Amino acid sequence: MSRSVEARRKFLRSVLFGGATIGAAMAGWLPVARAHTPRLRPPGALAESQFLAACIKCGQCVQVCPVKAIDLGDIDSGFGMGVPHITARTQACDFSCDALQCILACPTGALSHHPNKKEEVAMGVARLDKPDSCLARQGKGFHGAARGTNFKGIHRYAEIDRWKPVAIASHPYDLPLCDLCVRECPIKDAIALEPLTADPADPRRTPVVKDACVGCGMCEMICPADPTAIVVDAGRNGSAA
Amino acid sequence: MNLLKSLAIMLGREPTKPAESEFTEGARACHDCKRANKRSSEERAEIVHQMHEAHNVHTWRNRRWVALVLVNLLFVLSYRFDVQLVEGALTASRVIGFHMADLNSALQVMLAFKTILINLVIGTSTVLAMWWLLGGRTFCSWVCPYHLLAEWAEALHLKLAARRIISDHPLDRRLRSVLWLAFAGLSFASGYTVFEFISPTGILSRALTYGPGLSLGVVAVLLAIETFYSRRMWCRYICPIGITYGVVGAVSPLRVVFRPEGCHHEGACRKVCLVPHVLDCTKKGYAPDLKVPIGADCTRCGLCVDTCPTGSLRFEIKGLDKLLSLDERSR
Repeated sequence: MSRSVEARRKFLRSVLFGGATIGAAMAGWLPVARAHTPRLRPPGALAESQFLAACIKCGQCVQVCPVKAIDLGDIDSGFGMGVPHITARTQACDFSCDALQCILACPTGALSHHPNKKEEVAMGVARLDKPDSCLARQGKGFHGAARGTNFKGIHRYAEIDRWKPVAIASHPYDLPLCDLCVRECPIKDAIALEPLTADPADPRRTPVVKDACVGCGMCEMICPADPTAIVVDAGRNGSAA
Repeated sequence: MNLLKSLAIMLGREPTKPAESEFTEGARACHDCKRANKRSSEERAEIVHQMHEAHNVHTWRNRRWVALVLVNLLFVLSYRFDVQLVEGALTASRVIGFHMADLNSALQVMLAFKTILINLVIGTSTVLAMWWLLGGRTFCSWVCPYHLLAEWAEALHLKLAARRIISDHPLDRRLRSVLWLAFAGLSFASGYTVFEFISPTGILSRALTYGPGLSLGVVAVLLAIETFYSRRMWCRYICPIGITYGVVGAVSPLRVVFRPEGCHHEGACRKVCLVPHVLDCTKKGYAPDLKVPIGADCTRCGLCVDTCPTGSLRFEIKGLDKLLSLDERSR
């Protein structure tokens, strides 16, 4: 093979592999552009597009979370790979840390320091997604482990141990009327049970989400209905920042 | 001048023989002497013997592998056993409480986010100072987990190539500079840290600490290409992290230095080197001085130091060398 032919091939190879590298990297845009339902981000997260830019993908927030609520995105998250999110149904943020440890751990300000306390967080907002499966709306109580005995999620019960979260499965309830979403909400006045009808004899109640809701997802995790009656819609991020 | 040349070679310019005027008296005399004295057959046999002996020296490689594994293990153990020595991943971390940020990742974030936070400045400056002292691309060969895997893939590649099952397909080295600019530009224009999506360094570091994921597929694909198609393709022709650290280490006090006097110019060093263009001075008659520091692209991996049968390539700390110069002469 002559030298010029080899040189030309080398050049073409370089263009090909260079293009492929750029192409592969830009493929990370597709999942971001197609994400219709945004993920729940940790407390303090900036608005989604800024958040993906500012996050350095180091996972320090994952390491400090006392309830291990934070996971990092995999390759299917595109540019969100290595970026933290919370799957509330599996393990919600219950503000066990008090001082917003993930925010303090973030080296780039992707988790903004603006919230000084949990009440100022704006991760999302809770919504009664399946009213028909809500036990309170049926006037029903709840007995046993909120999410079954095999559920791995943990939660800090102030009445058990102020500092150590325990398995929800190890903490059975005995409630004449299910009020778990209200009972375990870490934010004051964020959710309340209100009468379903004007009839005072009607035991049925409905959870009503108030303005104070920060979208931590605790109600979504604890809801004993399957699938959950109440969900958190992510995406209020940035509004408080 | 030498610095600019060393940077230009790192960015992709092919090294050339220095012009006559660039040679020092000493270097000229050394080259003349070598040209005048042809080797006898005994000398040649001795050289072959020395080369064979040197081939089995892996001092620096072993030290480096231990360091690389230890550093990455520190990240993993700190998290798994909650000892909090090194928290985070290679992209950014906290070492005993001090912020550290990978220079290339930090650059991407700054370009994409367009806001620079004080923590990131602290982390970046700490790392900048550290890698300036330690030699810039030292990060690549002594810390980057992908480098270790790539070294093993390279060994496989060389075995297959020796049996003529495959052959190497080199790319143009300028590609890495083009990609560095492209990724910097893409971060700025798109507002996303585009390169991080395929960075095997970040992917591996996170996988080690937080558990494996599908993203390891990127690493697998790269290793496959390097094994069967193009030797060390990622580190040689693509990875922008290498350039970022190379610039930092261009004037580092820790470096490999070549002394031509005892060199047989057999070229064993260039065969093991990830970036053989930095060893152009080891060619016969190419060294412009009796002491030539190896250029910015050098990863300080020490393979050439291990391989050199005559000790002509050595690690050196600038300044410290002057203090010990009497000792060197007496050898």
